Amino acid sequence: MAGIAVVLGAMLGFASIQFKVKGDPLVDKIDAILPQTQCGQCGFPGCKPYAQAIAKGEAEINQCPPGGEEGIRKLADLLGKEFKPLSAEHGVEKPKQVAVIDENLCIGCTLCTQACPVDAIVGAAKQMHTIVAPLCTGCELCVPPCPVDCIAMAPVAETVETWKWRYPVIPIREKAA
Amino acid sequence: MIAALFKFRGGVKPASHKDESTQAPIARAPLPPRLIVPLRQSAGGTPQPLVTAGQKVLKGERIGAPESDFSAAIHAPTSGKVLAVEPRLLPHPSGLAAPCVVIEPDGEERWIDRTSVSYASETPDVLRGLLRDAGIVGLGGATFPSHLKLKPGTSGRIGTLIINGAECEPWITCDDLLMRERADEIVSGIAILRHIASADRVLVGIEDNKPQAIAVLRAATAQSAGIEVMPVPTRYPAGGEKQLIRVLTGIEIPYGRFGTEFGVQCFNVGTACSVHRAVELGEPLVSRIVTLSGNVEHPGNFEVLVGTPIDELLKLVKPKADTDRFIMGGPMMGFTLPRTDLPVTKAANCILAASPALFPPQGPEMPCIRCGACTRACPAELQPHELYWFSRAKNFGKAQEYGIFDCIECGCCAYVCPSNIRLVDYYRFAKSSMRTLERDKAASDAARMRFELRNQREERDKAEKAARLAAKTAAGRQAVVAPAAPASTPATPETTVSLPPLDEAKKALIAAAIARAQAQKEGVQPKNIDNLTPEKQAEIREIESRRARVRELAKTPPEEPV
Repeated sequence: MAGIAVVLGAMLGFASIQFKVKGDPLVDKIDAILPQTQCGQCGFPGCKPYAQAIAKGEAEINQCPPGGEEGIRKLADLLGKEFKPLSAEHGVEKPKQVAVIDENLCIGCTLCTQACPVDAIVGAAKQMHTIVAPLCTGCELCVPPCPVDCIAMAPVAETVETWKWRYPVIPIREKAA
Repeated sequence: MIAALFKFRGGVKPASHKDESTQAPIARAPLPPRLIVPLRQSAGGTPQPLVTAGQKVLKGERIGAPESDFSAAIHAPTSGKVLAVEPRLLPHPSGLAAPCVVIEPDGEERWIDRTSVSYASETPDVLRGLLRDAGIVGLGGATFPSHLKLKPGTSGRIGTLIINGAECEPWITCDDLLMRERADEIVSGIAILRHIASADRVLVGIEDNKPQAIAVLRAATAQSAGIEVMPVPTRYPAGGEKQLIRVLTGIEIPYGRFGTEFGVQCFNVGTACSVHRAVELGEPLVSRIVTLSGNVEHPGNFEVLVGTPIDELLKLVKPKADTDRFIMGGPMMGFTLPRTDLPVTKAANCILAASPALFPPQGPEMPCIRCGACTRACPAELQPHELYWFSRAKNFGKAQEYGIFDCIECGCCAYVCPSNIRLVDYYRFAKSSMRTLERDKAASDAARMRFELRNQREERDKAEKAARLAAKTAAGRQAVVAPAAPASTPATPETTVSLPPLDEAKKALIAAAIARAQAQKEGVQPKNIDNLTPEKQAEIREIESRRARVRELAKTPPEEPV
């Protein structure tokens, strides 16, 4: 009996070292729900730190404006918490945007490239900068540092490729003839 | 030998309404005053425009270069002048605009140099490239680039080539008339496709409600071994690619896989005809046959240049007064056009004029009673009512589990539904939502990766900077020590010489820096004082003496105010 206990104990000990889960799986799950805008509106420097704070119970689930109501619902589902409306102090939900640089005004100061959390701005000192639109998450972090206010946020236009069918609406009553 | 036919489950038999538009032969639509050629007319990216406004083009000149191997080229449908390259509204359910080339025809219809290729001596790869550059896409309606369908799959070779002449959707007759009138061109195209695919046998599937087309094609293929014309029972959607492959060969192709992997591939008869023109005549795909039917005075089929505005075509057939809308495609799978000044694309097989009498408005949608009629009608063997529940509840994961992507959106379920539920609308909503979610997910994963890489890079930069600084400080301390230490132990100064404390090193560094700055200052010589007028020299002297006085004053401590 003692022999079996020792063998099983050794196996368990071995397994706990060999198959140890690296990182916190809950953080990764929360991080997967967050929109990865990296805008910092939640008060944390990026989506991952916010996910860590939620996992530790240090932050509420309603601090992410880009994730919006749907994101909060998903987080509530995952964590078994009550749904809460988006907290107003962290911002409001907006349609997806991209930054646009007015290239006639840009002086090439590189301040926006330093602010961009996802390296979506191309440009060097005293060279014109431009946004790589497919990479831009619309976090607006590049807007305040610009000394000449040449960055504007534009809503992402729907194209034939990204267009999606609307939810079918059922008319409750026939229109009056 | 007539091979035995297989069956597909489900399907419906709507009234075919084919006779209306088969009374007259194919007519050539007149040249319109403007052609609007959309650059994106097939799957796989928007071709880059090769022309600019004001440029003259010839008929068949390439105006859009395929962006990658996954799309096909676009050509000028006639000779004339490019008026603009700009976004124009497309015949698409979204009613959105996309880049188009607007051409004003000069009426001369001057072709580019057309050279025919003797395909028998060319390799399949060369011919596939030729099809891509000739803009050949599937003309059955899906406009998938044909050269991609001819790529050999994992099984190596396409054994069976299927030519789709079923044309199962009501009202549409463009393939029927094409087979009746241009059987020789179709057979020539089949021979080319067969050569590229190195297929053993060719099966031409035609619904048995087109006896004339069957007879003409039988006569045209009588001399060619290995080509069989197979009448298939008339039942919508027998002309669906998967359904026809199943009926003719018994092979079932799952979602997301190519027929090539199963040794079978399917092409529309119109595609075969355009392949013939591209290879034998050197003419790229610039026109197609369009059925104009429904609530019109003179229904018929027309050979139409790609880019012809639909309202120009409607002038030919004269829609009746009670026409309330126009449908592109057939009544089962087509969509209502938001307006009629949109161009004909390679996908446009039919324009239907609809009136309340011909297509009575669907009654109000009622609750699903789970009667199962849709399940019996579904040719993809799905459970449409379950898909409906899941799509309606936006439970996309479950809808996917029930195989929503296997749905071909044929509309059979909505056709038989006693509750008038627009089932296909729900599936389209669910499918496009899922695609959007997938795109968003991919974008957020990419953003996460870029953010993490950026953080890593910043941390590495910080560490490198700190290391550089530390190295510099250490060097400074070394420099302080060096004069004191004898030169006898230069090899291992760190181990033998104890370094002075940090403060002392700093002070020494500062002192050294001050000494350097002073040396620099003294080294500075006044410039440009060689050829000056005496007045200027006097002025400089005066300034210098003033400066010296100020320096003297700065040295003496300020007097206490009295």
